[in-house]
Amino acid sequence: MDLNFTSDLVGFWNLYVVVIVAVSIIACGVFLWSQSSADHRPGEVTGHVWDETLEEYSNPLPNWWRWMFYITVVFALVYLALYPGLGSNKGQFDWTMRGQYDAEMKAAEQTYGPKFNQFLKQDVMSVAANPEAREMGSRLFQTYCAQCHGGDAGGQPAFPNLKDGDWLWGGTPDKIKETINMGRMGIMTPMGTKPDMTAEQVKDVVAYVRSLSGLESKSGGSAEKGKELYPQACAACHQPDGKGMQAAGYPNLTDKVWLYGSREETMIETVTKGRQNQMPAFGEFLGEAKVHLLTAYVWGLGGGVKAESVAEAAPAEQK
Amino acid sequence: MLTHAKIETSNTLMIVLTLLAVSVGGLLEIVPLFFQKSTTTPINEVVKPYDALRLAGRDIYIREGCYNCHSQMIRPFRAETERYGHYSVAGEYVYDHPFQWGSKRTGPDLARVGARYSDQWHKIHLLNPRDVVPESNMPAYYWLDRPLNDPAIGGKMAALRKVGVPYTDQEIAEAPKALEGKTEVEAVIAYLQGMGLALKQSR
Repeated sequence: MDLNFTSDLVGFWNLYVVVIVAVSIIACGVFLWSQSSADHRPGEVTGHVWDETLEEYSNPLPNWWRWMFYITVVFALVYLALYPGLGSNKGQFDWTMRGQYDAEMKAAEQTYGPKFNQFLKQDVMSVAANPEAREMGSRLFQTYCAQCHGGDAGGQPAFPNLKDGDWLWGGTPDKIKETINMGRMGIMTPMGTKPDMTAEQVKDVVAYVRSLSGLESKSGGSAEKGKELYPQACAACHQPDGKGMQAAGYPNLTDKVWLYGSREETMIETVTKGRQNQMPAFGEFLGEAKVHLLTAYVWGLGGGVKAESVAEAAPAEQK
Repeated sequence: MLTHAKIETSNTLMIVLTLLAVSVGGLLEIVPLFFQKSTTTPINEVVKPYDALRLAGRDIYIREGCYNCHSQMIRPFRAETERYGHYSVAGEYVYDHPFQWGSKRTGPDLARVGARYSDQWHKIHLLNPRDVVPESNMPAYYWLDRPLNDPAIGGKMAALRKVGVPYTDQEIAEAPKALEGKTEVEAVIAYLQGMGLALKQSR
């Protein structure tokens, strides 16, 4: 990356730093020397009197103390020769913060890289069957996913359960990986595709949608009337049969799984105000190997759909 | 000659020499940073001045003392970049006045929290963190779900312009309108979602 991270101490500012550093170190040395070489006689006072009788001896610094100060001056000079500090001078060791970080990352890559990358060669379903990979996936999940999906991947209102076999965007390895890599955006427009619905009509639609899952309606809405509104208001996305369309993330309304909970008030709110939800993209941040492990972990939580079953289903449809 | 007796008996001389001695560090370590490209120019085009809503959110962030528990500075160590993403660089903060680097992490670092969670998650989490993270010890900021009232927003932007944030007259004039109908929690979320997008990869 040729991003402008590092110091660009050039020209005047380089000189400015060099001069201040050099002058202050030299000044410290000269000051020490001038103090220790001054004419001190033990027992002599400075002639400065406070509070009537308080006088000050004119003793020099003890030697051990003075030499410690000299050592700091020498240390500073040696340090500046070895490490960056004197303007843009890089120092003999050529040390940089970024270099140290890169070395740390490289060492970690050598240690952990093969552990992560070994699974990249295997397909998601075999990785999911590997106990070590599952353990690694579990750690990754707890770090990057649990905040929304919960530590047990059981989800919570607005954040999908990942182990119940009900998928908004598909549960095959490829689809799960796509979801983790690219993120997902789920949008339900207020009032669906019939923006002029009245509050009563919303209740009717909700009553009908509830009836698809065998839920009762207590809001006074009529499932009969809702059934007539449904094709106009909902079917474009959730399909005429209410089963949604996984390819586009349109939820199935007949499977008894409710992302926001099955309370009637919640459903009325969903239809009235719409919903906007998002799974953030993790591909760029986590990298291929970790996403692969996470995919296998999520797939193996119990709800994963076999890749073959899709491959089998596809030709069958063509007939 | 500057003798001990002379310095100690003259207040003015003492003050001048003391100031001179203590200013060396600042002159050396701080002043050049005001003039270096890496600290004064944005790292890339993603780094932009805060729009009105984000700025209002930033001020709520400060008002509620978020910085007491959250830092906004990812250090160049693997342990940090694995969790938070690319380490922070100076060019990402050029429009931050003042910086919200912080120095204490009771909660996680927020420098790259942008786009890491959904808006909905943030809203639930800010109003009551336990609703999404049962073991969280972050306080609930339930009062944030109220109308945003920041009549001074234009003045704030004008003040920031004085210290180098390139707001246009039009942006300042339209600022109050941009906040209309918004809630405080929406402003904070807008602020959080814009954070650290300039460098997304983990290293």
